[in-house]
Amino acid sequence: MLELKQITKVFNEGTVDEKVALQTINLTLAPGDFVTIIGSNGAGKSTMMNIISGRLFPDTGVVRINGKDVTAMKEHERARYIGRVFQDPLAGTAPHMTIEENLALAYNRTKRRTLKFGVTKQKRDFFRETLKTLHLGLENRLNAKVGMLSGGERQALSLLMATFTKPDLLLLDEHTAALDPARAALVTELTKEIVEKYQLTTLMVTHNMEQALRLGNRLIMMDRGQIIFEASGKEKQALTVERLLQEFQRIRGSQFASDRAVLG
Amino acid sequence: MLTAIFSAMEAGFIYAIMALGVYLSFRILDFPDLTVDGSFVTGAAVAAVLIINGTNPFFASAAALGAGFIAGAVTGLLHTKGKINPLLSGILMMIALYSINLRIMGRSNVPLLQQETVMTIITEAWKKTGIDNVLNSVIAFSGFQPRTWAIFITMALLAVVVKLLLDLLLKTEIGLALRATGDNQPMVSSFSANTDWLIIFGLGLSNALVAFSGALVAQYGGFSDVGMGIGMIVIGLASVIIGEALFGTRSIVRATLAVIGGAIVYRIILALALRVQFLETGDVKLITAVIVMIALIVPNIAAMHKEKRRKKRKMEEQARGEHVAGAQTDYESI
Ligand SMILES: Nc1ncnc2c1ncn2[C@@H]1O[C@H](COP(=O)(O)OP(=O)(O)O)[C@@H](O)[C@H]1O
Ligand SMILES: [Mg+2]
Repeated sequence: MLELKQITKVFNEGTVDEKVALQTINLTLAPGDFVTIIGSNGAGKSTMMNIISGRLFPDTGVVRINGKDVTAMKEHERARYIGRVFQDPLAGTAPHMTIEENLALAYNRTKRRTLKFGVTKQKRDFFRETLKTLHLGLENRLNAKVGMLSGGERQALSLLMATFTKPDLLLLDEHTAALDPARAALVTELTKEIVEKYQLTTLMVTHNMEQALRLGNRLIMMDRGQIIFEASGKEKQALTVERLLQEFQRIRGSQFASDRAVLG
Repeated sequence: MLTAIFSAMEAGFIYAIMALGVYLSFRILDFPDLTVDGSFVTGAAVAAVLIINGTNPFFASAAALGAGFIAGAVTGLLHTKGKINPLLSGILMMIALYSINLRIMGRSNVPLLQQETVMTIITEAWKKTGIDNVLNSVIAFSGFQPRTWAIFITMALLAVVVKLLLDLLLKTEIGLALRATGDNQPMVSSFSANTDWLIIFGLGLSNALVAFSGALVAQYGGFSDVGMGIGMIVIGLASVIIGEALFGTRSIVRATLAVIGGAIVYRIILALALRVQFLETGDVKLITAVIVMIALIVPNIAAMHKEKRRKKRKMEEQARGEHVAGAQTDYESI
């Protein structure tokens, strides 16, 4: 479904601001995989997501989706395969357009845009039905400007817009991080429901370890541009937050040790 | 006085088409496009030159529309493919167009007075209908009798038709993507739309309307002049801002109507200002600038006053609340 091979990315190469964001990332997702990603700030999680979606391009390496090499494909072309939700609730919707207009825009993700009306009666009925699954009452506010919605409502809508056209790959980058705990729990619950319903292949970055353990069938931990730990299936189910922290310490510790060994 | 207002409204409808173009770039695409000063003249120049060479005036006006589209699309290309910032892309195009417009016209001014134009054709055809007699008898009480209603009414209809077409376009799938591009560009890419092409198309369309308006203004005024576009962007903005302030922006349909209203109000204000003894024709640009300043500043001041009043009221309420609470404790302590 998704294949990352030997991906590296360096920002501002050759300047004092040089920053190795990703070094030799290899990752393969099978159809239906739901992978949660944790890692410290600056580990390269967002950079990896941006390289998968085509917002950034890798220095070296190959990105494949459905076996197709998309490494050089532009973001808007690749979007045919990908649904995304960002950390910022403002990023995923157009504030001066209505709820139904936003949904209509998202509805065309996999279709060529034409001079037909964006919102038809048929689509409106479909939008209303789909919105009901959010249980937020948004189905009664189809003509409200999205800018009037709360952060949680906007993020739930963004999630719906990214998923109701059943993307081959769903990318979620800390999409609950900017919400208060109650809203975050709601959006997390919705994420779980939607991913299960459509059997979406999903990559979800989260700062919440408990959430990373509870959701998905695979977990990866990133640090300093590398995937340093991976668990799936039974192994993942057996994990606890304490175990994860220990694991993190152990790996980082051994890394430090090996660094020192080289230095010494 | 009524004569001045009547012709101000006539001109207002023609300039409203230009203002709708400016609305499309500034408000819908959120792109401050200064190409307008040049593309307005391009429209006038193309139409004028074609007309004096014997082309049908309607066809000449349509050609102006096409020329404007190309000018706007080039600005879009400069910005999206050339990665030049929006303001600079527009300024570069505006300057380039100045020379191009001179080339098109071959000299700095092309008179159209003896020519058959869209305006003369409409006026001639109109005479046969006898509508003027009816309308003039209706307003006989005012003592004001315009020479012809032909231009007033056809240009009003034309402006409304352009408005309606724009409303429709902005409701289509492409139109929604166009609007979203001005609202949240990164998001549009993540939903498979090519924002580069949308910007190029949007600016093309915007300048097509501007150039079309320029072609009509040339035929209405009886000449095309290389300097006629100076400050046009400010006039367009004045119309948009005045319209929005007076008539609201709740929906697209409302906003585009407001823009037409704004274009007319602007012409009327200008006509009335020029009747002041002290002011001369050369002051038009200054008056325009001042109108825009006022239209921009007044709403801010109004909002500030409202906020002050709100705070004051809150403060008073709080003081009263504390007073009541104080009285209660006094009572209880007794
Ligand atoms: N556009 C950029 N220019 C320069 N450095 C960047 C850019 N984007 C990210 N970085 C750097 O790359 C590293 C990885 O960033 P990021 O992928 O955002 O981390 P994460 O999402 O895991 O917190 C960080 O050190 C960050 O400062
Ligand atoms: Mg991040």
